[in-house]
Amino acid sequence: MAKIESAFFDLSYLDALARRNTCIHRLDPRIKVIATAVFVICVVSFHKYAISAMLPFALVLVLVMGLAEVPASYVARKLLIVSPFAVMVGIFNPLLDHQPLMQLGPIVISGGWISFFSILLRFSLTVSAVLLLIASTGFNAVCMAMVKLGMPRIFAVQLLMLYRYIFVLVDEGIRIHQARALRSFQKRGLSMKTFSHLVGQLLLRTLDRAQRIHLAMLCRGFDGTIRIQRVFTITKGDLFFLANCCTVLFLLRYFDLPLYIGRLLTRLLS
Amino acid sequence: MSHHIVEVTDLTHTYPDGTMAVRGISFRIHHGESVAVVGANGAGKSTLLLHLNGYLTPQHGSVRIGDFPLTKATVQDIRKTVGMIFQDPDDQLFMPTVYDDVAFGPLNLGLPPEEVEIRVQDALVRTAVAHLRERPPYKLSGGEKRAVAIATVLAMTPDILVMDEPSSNLDPRARRTLIELLAGFHHTKIIATHDLDMVLDLCERTIVIHEGTIMADGPTLDIFNDMELLARSHLEKPFRLQGCPICSGELSR
Amino acid sequence: MHMADALLSPAVGGTMWVATAGTIAHCAKKVQRDLDDRKIPLMGVLGAFIFAAQMINFTIPATGSSGHLGGGMILAILLGPYAAFLTIASVLTVQALFFADGGLLALGCNIFNLGIFPCFISYPLIYKPIAGRRPSPTKIAIGATLGAVVALQLGALGVVVETVTSGISSLPLKPFLSVMLPIHLAIGLVEGLVTTAVVSFVWKARPEILELTAAAKPLGALNLRNVLAGLMVAAVVTGGALSWFASSSPDGLEWSMFKVTGSEELDAPEEGVHHTLATLQEKTAFLPDYGFKQSSPTESIENSEPETSSWPMIDSGTSTSGLVGGILTLMMAAALGLLFKRRAHTV
Repeated sequence: MAKIESAFFDLSYLDALARRNTCIHRLDPRIKVIATAVFVICVVSFHKYAISAMLPFALVLVLVMGLAEVPASYVARKLLIVSPFAVMVGIFNPLLDHQPLMQLGPIVISGGWISFFSILLRFSLTVSAVLLLIASTGFNAVCMAMVKLGMPRIFAVQLLMLYRYIFVLVDEGIRIHQARALRSFQKRGLSMKTFSHLVGQLLLRTLDRAQRIHLAMLCRGFDGTIRIQRVFTITKGDLFFLANCCTVLFLLRYFDLPLYIGRLLTRLLS
Repeated sequence: MSHHIVEVTDLTHTYPDGTMAVRGISFRIHHGESVAVVGANGAGKSTLLLHLNGYLTPQHGSVRIGDFPLTKATVQDIRKTVGMIFQDPDDQLFMPTVYDDVAFGPLNLGLPPEEVEIRVQDALVRTAVAHLRERPPYKLSGGEKRAVAIATVLAMTPDILVMDEPSSNLDPRARRTLIELLAGFHHTKIIATHDLDMVLDLCERTIVIHEGTIMADGPTLDIFNDMELLARSHLEKPFRLQGCPICSGELSR
Repeated sequence: MHMADALLSPAVGGTMWVATAGTIAHCAKKVQRDLDDRKIPLMGVLGAFIFAAQMINFTIPATGSSGHLGGGMILAILLGPYAAFLTIASVLTVQALFFADGGLLALGCNIFNLGIFPCFISYPLIYKPIAGRRPSPTKIAIGATLGAVVALQLGALGVVVETVTSGISSLPLKPFLSVMLPIHLAIGLVEGLVTTAVVSFVWKARPEILELTAAAKPLGALNLRNVLAGLMVAAVVTGGALSWFASSSPDGLEWSMFKVTGSEELDAPEEGVHHTLATLQEKTAFLPDYGFKQSSPTESIENSEPETSSWPMIDSGTSTSGLVGGILTLMMAAALGLLFKRRAHTV
């Protein structure tokens, strides 16, 4: 309960971040969607034992995060909240894969551990990339960009309406839940029967609301198609950003930068 | 301009479950009139309003808006003439931003983009919320939401405004702002409400509905001074007319 | 369970994306053509309802632990398959974007796993025949529970297949399946109970709502032939993805097939888990450990894998370089972050 409430707090927080005005915010949303997709694909296409080769991608993220003025602590906290999931699915790797892959003096590290950390790293990179996209663009703009990129309009409308009414319905849900909690004293759990009444009640209200919204739409000439007027213009700067961004990402993907640096350094030292 | 009348004749509506919500209501509202529809909960106000914008079509009797009788065929034209403002602005503001919401109606009318832009800006300025243009609706206060809801309707340039409880859930100042805003409109206004003090400010005429029929129809002040009528209709005299003993110094008597 | 980007290979993720995007496009066309414009606000608000309902937890009977609604089955029952699929897809998209559930690439998998099965298998083939026409509390209970269980079992199967095919996690197919399926049987039963309870509540309070959606002609009817055709397409697409995977790492697939047919266990039943794990290791290990023990750092390891060249060399020299470089990169990232932070403070 508390967790979800705070999650919705996050929703408005991300919205607030998205209303800032930085060079990243000013980019065309389509450019940002494509760049994020390229980033994610580059990251997941690394082989299962990659760690150091992926690190420059973190560097890219930090750079964008800084330019977009998205607080790193916020992203880090978000990652921490969802990380148990990644740990849960990754932890089997060290148990199953005992293949020694790396030697640091006396310590031999198995492939399982390396791929486990690789999963954690992938997870952090992909999750932060998406968070950054939303925090620098805003959900509505991302949806509109996706329409311009070929997503069916009706699905975009669905996403936008869902997002619009999350706030209303979660409020309603919280009220119903509080009303119950206030009268149930120490009993914290919700029996299946009470639950179905609460949720059923919420569902009935929701259905009524859908009917009223439909009426409101009809009153303003709704004919089955939702029209949204939004003009995006891709500037030369946008294209320049995208081209550079993709070049950098591809270069980082194909050249293991840290390895070269490390080699250079170790050779210098020895 | 005499054609902007609302004429309801012997309107009756029975819901599928057998509830007879409206039983033979008749009235005529002329251009530029501002009329309050008052009555207890469940008296049939909402059902009546749903007929005025064509959501319900008359089962018996007739509804005429301007030159058109309300039928399935004319409903689109009638919706352009009658602007409906809902009780819960959250139901009316369903788009991602204030701008999109206000532009929704004009875009559906098939207007060119420049015209849409003009209408949106005009509606937002008239309701004094132009600064909220790019905001998402869930971030607005109750009063702001109400003002934007009114703007969404104004952008359709209706001749008649129908409002369901416009002053509900507003704090006193937001309520006052709203009343001033509505007083400035020269549209024909039909306001269903429990807020009788607001009726005093806005409506020269009041229709009292009780159990699906019209109990009274006349000048607002006459009706509000008829104690017996108010009691029978589950209403109360507005505070302002109650002759407050403290203010009038009659406390000592 | 949600798939995550971290577990996906681009091939599998991409394939599922294409499959899901295709289904969304198809459903969008269907819903648009359906002319029932009431569905548009209804879908939006019901999607939001799923979020609201998910924050209310209930106590799972006889266990004391708590669970919450998944919602796929409820949406299918209330909206019919096409509109429900779009709604589920929208819920998962918002979860992926805001709550970091899964991720961008995994979204295709998640929508597929949690949307296709309740909407296009459970609803038309299980719920509708049982409780569609003339619902009664018992029929609703049986239809919803069975539907939820089947949908979640198939969904779990989807997760397992996608994870194993991707090969990022070392989880082998069979043990993974033998964990996932029972867990999701339990989850499915609970989901079925909740779905039953909520749907029955709505049915008792306002029977016309269920009748309305069940009777809706274009959405309700789903041709069995179409379903089969869809499954065929899915099979071909999946097959394509598998073969793609197979070409890049034959061992992995061979091994999964081996396990699925169970022939390996038949061969050596007495060897037990240890042997299985050992075989697994042998089969999955792209870099056999003798390569390491040879300790000839400069020579590349003998391996027939086409991808070997891009894999990290197992020589301690390279490891050290990688480590040093990695640490340096991390330090750079941290420095950059601090720089921005300081700038943000001073501004």
